Amino acid sequence: MPNLKVPGLIKGLGVTMKTMLRTLTKGSHTVQYPKVKEAPTPRARGVIALHEENCTSCMLCVRECPDWCIYIEGHKYLAPPRRPGGKPRKKNALDRFDIDYALCMYCGICVEVCPFEALFWTPEFEYSEPKIADLLHDKNLLGQWMETVPEFTDYEAGSEAKKPEVPR
Amino acid sequence: MSTLTLAAELAYWQQTSIRAVVGLVAVLLPAGTLVYLFLFKMMSFMQSRLGPMEAGPYGSLQLLAEVGKFLQKEDIVPAKADRVVFKAAPFVVLVSTFLLVLVIPGGPDLMFIDVDTGIFLALAVSSISVIGILMAGWASASKYSLLGALRATGQLIAYELPLVLAVMGVVIQAGTLNMQGIVMAQAQGEIFGFGGIGSPFIITQFLGFAIFLVAVQAELTQPPFDMPVAESELVTGYLTEYSGMRFLMFFIGEFATAGIFSALAATLFLGGWYVPGLDPTDNLFNVIGPMVLMGKMILVAFLIFWFRFTYPRFREDQLQTLAWKVLIPLSLVNIVVTGVLKVVF
Repeated sequence: MPNLKVPGLIKGLGVTMKTMLRTLTKGSHTVQYPKVKEAPTPRARGVIALHEENCTSCMLCVRECPDWCIYIEGHKYLAPPRRPGGKPRKKNALDRFDIDYALCMYCGICVEVCPFEALFWTPEFEYSEPKIADLLHDKNLLGQWMETVPEFTDYEAGSEAKKPEVPR
Repeated sequence: MSTLTLAAELAYWQQTSIRAVVGLVAVLLPAGTLVYLFLFKMMSFMQSRLGPMEAGPYGSLQLLAEVGKFLQKEDIVPAKADRVVFKAAPFVVLVSTFLLVLVIPGGPDLMFIDVDTGIFLALAVSSISVIGILMAGWASASKYSLLGALRATGQLIAYELPLVLAVMGVVIQAGTLNMQGIVMAQAQGEIFGFGGIGSPFIITQFLGFAIFLVAVQAELTQPPFDMPVAESELVTGYLTEYSGMRFLMFFIGEFATAGIFSALAATLFLGGWYVPGLDPTDNLFNVIGPMVLMGKMILVAFLIFWFRFTYPRFREDQLQTLAWKVLIPLSLVNIVVTGVLKVVF
C-alpha cells in the first residue's frame, strides 16, 4: 500500500478552512478597487515623471530602454554668451519627450541611468485609457506627473550619502 | 400526490412536460447554486478575496452574466474536426447528467421513475459521460484534446470501480437496490436498538462514504484529479477546442453532475429526504423532502469542493495507484466486512 500522507492532507484542509473563516470574519486581503482605493507604497513604480528643465536630451534613457518606448527629439541652438564679449554657447533644446506606456515594462532603467535627475518614479497608477494611442504620454503630461513625485525617504542612520532632492 | 394520481388526472403530454420542467430545474438549480456558493464564493474566501461582488447583491447574478457571455460567443468548429461528433459530444455528456437525476427520490412519492434497480441505473448512466468526453477529444482533431480525453477515460474507468464497490456496502446493508428502499432502510433502521435518529449509513459505512467521495471527485475530473484538463500540460484537455454554448454545456454538465453525485451521496449515506424524529411515511415529506435533500446535498458538495480548492493535482501514475492499490482493495474489504456483519447480526 502506498504512503498516503494523510496527516498532511488534513493539515491542508485546515489551512483553507482557516483562510475562509478569516476572510469571513476579518475581511479579505483584497479591496473592492474602484470603490475602495489602496494607497500604494511611497516608492511604488506607477508612472515615470519628467522634470523637463533637467533634461539635456542626452539620449541615454532612449538607448538603454529595453522596450524602445522613449522618443526624444531635440535641436541645438545658440544661447547668448554668459559674459559680454564671450562666445555664444551651444545648447540642446528638447522638442519631444514621449514615453509610450503601452510598451513600457516599468523596469526603471531610464530612471536609474539618467545622469541629470530628470526622471522620477511616482506611485500614481490610474492613467488607463480606452484608446491605446492615448497611452503615449508627451512631455507636458509627463511634466504634470512631477507634482505627484514623493520626497525621497531618509537613508538609514549613519549613512554618508546625501539624500537626493526632488526638483519642484 | 403520488405518480399514480398524477397519471389519472393528467394526460401523458402534460405529465411529460411537467417532468421535463421539473427535471430541468432539478439539474440546473443545484448546478447554479453550487457554482455561486462554492466556485464563486467559497473558493474566493479560501484565497482571501471576495469573489464577484458587482452583479447583483454580493455578485449573486454573476452566473447570469457569465451565461450571457458564453451565449454571445462564436461557436467555433475546427476545420479538421469531425463536425457531427464534435457537435454531439456535449449533448452526450448532458444526457448522462439528466438521466442521473431520474432515480433520486425527493420525498416518499416524489421521484421521476421508481425502478427496483435505482442505484444500479444511476451508476450505469453515469458512465455515459465517458463516451461524450471521448467523442469530444477524438472529434476535436487536436492532440491536446485527444490526450485529455484518453486521460479522462482512463481515470473515469479506474474510479468507476471504487464508486460501484463503495455503494455495494450500502446495498448489502439496506438489502435493496431501490433508492426509495435505501432511504426507508435508513429512516426505519436502528443503531443497537436505538432508533431515534434512524440509521444513516454514514455511521456504519463511513469507509464506503469516504471512498465514494474520493471516487466522485475523480469522476467529476475535479482537482486533485483534474489531469484530463491539466492546463499546464494540455491547455484544457478535451475542452480545448470548444467555445461558446458548447463549452457552457460541458461546464453545466460538470457542475450539475457534481450536484447530482452529492445528492446521490446524501441519499445513500445521509438518509436522503428523511429528517430524524418524523414519520417517514408522512405526507409532509413530499413538501419538505426536496429542501432537506438539497440541504444535505450542499453539505456533501461542500466537502467535495473543499477538497477541490485545497489539493494540488496528482500525477497520472499516482492517480492510478490510488484507485487500484488503495481504493479498490479497501472497498472490497468493506464489502466483505459488511457482508459478514450482515449475516452475523
